[in-house]
Amino acid sequence: MKNQNSIPNQIWMFFASVKLTIYTLVILALTSVIGTILLQNGSPQQYINLYGQGGYNLIQVLGIDDMYHAWWFLLLLLLLCINIVVCSIERLSKTWKIIFPKEISVNPARFSGLKNKESFESDKDSEGLETAYREMLSKKIGRVLRKDTETGFVLYAEKGRWTRLGVYVVHASVILMLVGALIGALFGFKASLRLDEGETTNTVFDVKARTPITLPFSIRCNEFEVKFYDTGAPEEFRSSLTIIENEQESFTEDIRVNHPLRYAGINIFQSSYGTAAPGEAVFEITDNTTQDVTKQTIKKGQAIELPGGQGTFTFEGFLPHFDFKGHNLGEAFFGRISLADKESFQVGLPIKFPTFDKMRKGRFTVVVKEFKQAYYTGLQVTKDPGVWFVYAGFALIIIGCWVTFFISHRSVCIGLESAGAGRTRVWISGRANRNAHGMNLQIKKLATSLKEI
Amino acid sequence: MNSSLLLSAATFIYALASVFYIGSFSFKKQVLAKLGFWVVVIGFLANTGGILMRWVESYQMGYGHAPFSNMYESLVFFSWTVAALYIFVEYKYKESIIGVFISPLIFLAIAYASFDPSISSKISPLIPALKSNWLIAHVVTCFLGYAGFALAFGFSFIYFIKPKDPNATSIFARLPDWELIDELTYQMIVFGFLFLTIGIITGSVWANSAWGKYWSWDPKETWSLITWFIYAIFLHLRLMRGWHGAKLAVVSIVGFACVLFTYFGVNYLLSGLHSYG
Ligand code: HEM
Repeated sequence: MKNQNSIPNQIWMFFASVKLTIYTLVILALTSVIGTILLQNGSPQQYINLYGQGGYNLIQVLGIDDMYHAWWFLLLLLLLCINIVVCSIERLSKTWKIIFPKEISVNPARFSGLKNKESFESDKDSEGLETAYREMLSKKIGRVLRKDTETGFVLYAEKGRWTRLGVYVVHASVILMLVGALIGALFGFKASLRLDEGETTNTVFDVKARTPITLPFSIRCNEFEVKFYDTGAPEEFRSSLTIIENEQESFTEDIRVNHPLRYAGINIFQSSYGTAAPGEAVFEITDNTTQDVTKQTIKKGQAIELPGGQGTFTFEGFLPHFDFKGHNLGEAFFGRISLADKESFQVGLPIKFPTFDKMRKGRFTVVVKEFKQAYYTGLQVTKDPGVWFVYAGFALIIIGCWVTFFISHRSVCIGLESAGAGRTRVWISGRANRNAHGMNLQIKKLATSLKEI
Repeated sequence: MNSSLLLSAATFIYALASVFYIGSFSFKKQVLAKLGFWVVVIGFLANTGGILMRWVESYQMGYGHAPFSNMYESLVFFSWTVAALYIFVEYKYKESIIGVFISPLIFLAIAYASFDPSISSKISPLIPALKSNWLIAHVVTCFLGYAGFALAFGFSFIYFIKPKDPNATSIFARLPDWELIDELTYQMIVFGFLFLTIGIITGSVWANSAWGKYWSWDPKETWSLITWFIYAIFLHLRLMRGWHGAKLAVVSIVGFACVLFTYFGVNYLLSGLHSYG
């Protein structure tokens, strides 16, 4: 930066300034509020209903229907990153020189006028005190240096120069987290998957774009189970999943909320559930003429013989909403009775009305005696190769803040001068780059121990 | 003896402490403030006992979870963390006058938990998403952060009521000197910032293990981030732009308003993943 006023230098200084940081953070804080008030990722219709066509157009132009991914918001984050990088480069060389000086120079003048200075007189001579003081300083602070002055000498020790790097770690970790988020957005995905019990698939659907994504393995849901507390609140959702690779079962694992399955860089989470069509049920068929009864468990698609070999009943499927003459009778099984004389018709068997088929007044009455409620499991399937960068950022920002806030670069100076008659005048004071109060307390404590020697 | 009894006791003891502190301040009786400190300590013990008993009771009811699962429990815990931090600060800085601003805050939070009829104190079972070891880490760190900011808020007030004239004789002239207030506010914000950072991080890690996403811009997450930005602004203004005194105190107050909004406002006014504070 030779020419202070050159345009490139001014641009550089603009991006290095903390003023820019303040403005960027203020704008980030203010604009972030929008997304917590305005509906995010809604449909055009929802926005038009809420704000009218004009409002919707404005929302679209500003991109605030998905504002945390809007170009201007991302630009603000980029600006923050540039600001951090430029500022760090600008300041690091100075900090580096402080942290790794060619030679530590002791300057007693910087200490003799400090507010926290404590003075007293000792009845020992300075050479006698030096050994004891040296020992204490090196134990409490660090390596001791001695420097002679016009009136006597000073002992100097310091610790924690390296802590000045803490703030660089904090800033670098902000960048690390954002880089991790970027990697995740570019190379990862977030998809959802609905699997009925017994169903297998290797295709999931991106949550936003709804595009299919093929996984390197297949997932089968063996079973889904939901448990409730006495209060009726849900206690646990559990899916038993089997991973299938190259047509071979690799392994089976249960997943629960907070206990996902992680495999081959892909994470599978329990996120929701619902009822699915039962795959089998116990049907009881009565011949109303002979009163013969058959009762049998069959799977969907299978058939049983009617009593007396009069034909067959086939379990054809399950409807979530059974429409009967314009009335919705809810969930229902349906099947087909094929009589020996080739006549064949469908019957609906709503769950809410177990004896419904009697009303048909046919020769055979079909009743669903028992069935196990089937479920589908709602899974979240994600891949995020950036998450380790983000986690590294998490660890570093905590360490960096800790070091920056609670450990300081402290230096302590003890001055000794002869007061005549074998007595010594002693003063002690200290500087810290932060937490002056802690430094003052330490000086008080040190002074007390010095007096006791 | 059960947890509700202990917690009601804590509420009244904290009320008493506030009376002592305010009395000491108004009548210039140092001894009342000393008394106030010990009353806060007793209230804190009752508060601690109440929380522990509630934890035990939840096991006896067969639910078995840490008492951080609804608004009532979180407010009780908020009082606990503010009281804990305050006791530490008064012990370390030997400055009891500042309790005038903090003790009412401790009392108000726990009183609000008991007296607002819309806040249920029933121990209820945990929904599956909350069943995680991260719950405790997340709640404890967030609340330590909130406690730091609450104390900073209390101290920031001093900037507006302490007379500038060093020779003033009003009762407000007895407040600690500027240097100490500045130091205290800053230390509390630094403490709050570190723990809010850890709180946001533990929340993210938890969300990633529960839903596969460490950040989803849920309103509560977003507001905690806004709060974090405000305090980052505070730190940079103070350190790099030389701001201090009343100007900076305004930033600390705005920050605490954001904390309150993150804590209450989001629950009552916006919708999202978090079912309580
Ligand atoms: C979200 C973003 C940021 C966070 C969380 C952050 C955090 C911090 C923290 C915790 C400190 C220590 C404050 C203290 O000791 O009181 C600090 C200091 C500082 N920050 Fe930032 N910062 C951010 C962005 C920036 C940016 C963009 C710049 C660019 C100019 C910047 C420049 C500085 C400087 C120059 C210091 C003082 C360092 C020193 O003590 O020598 N910060 N920052």
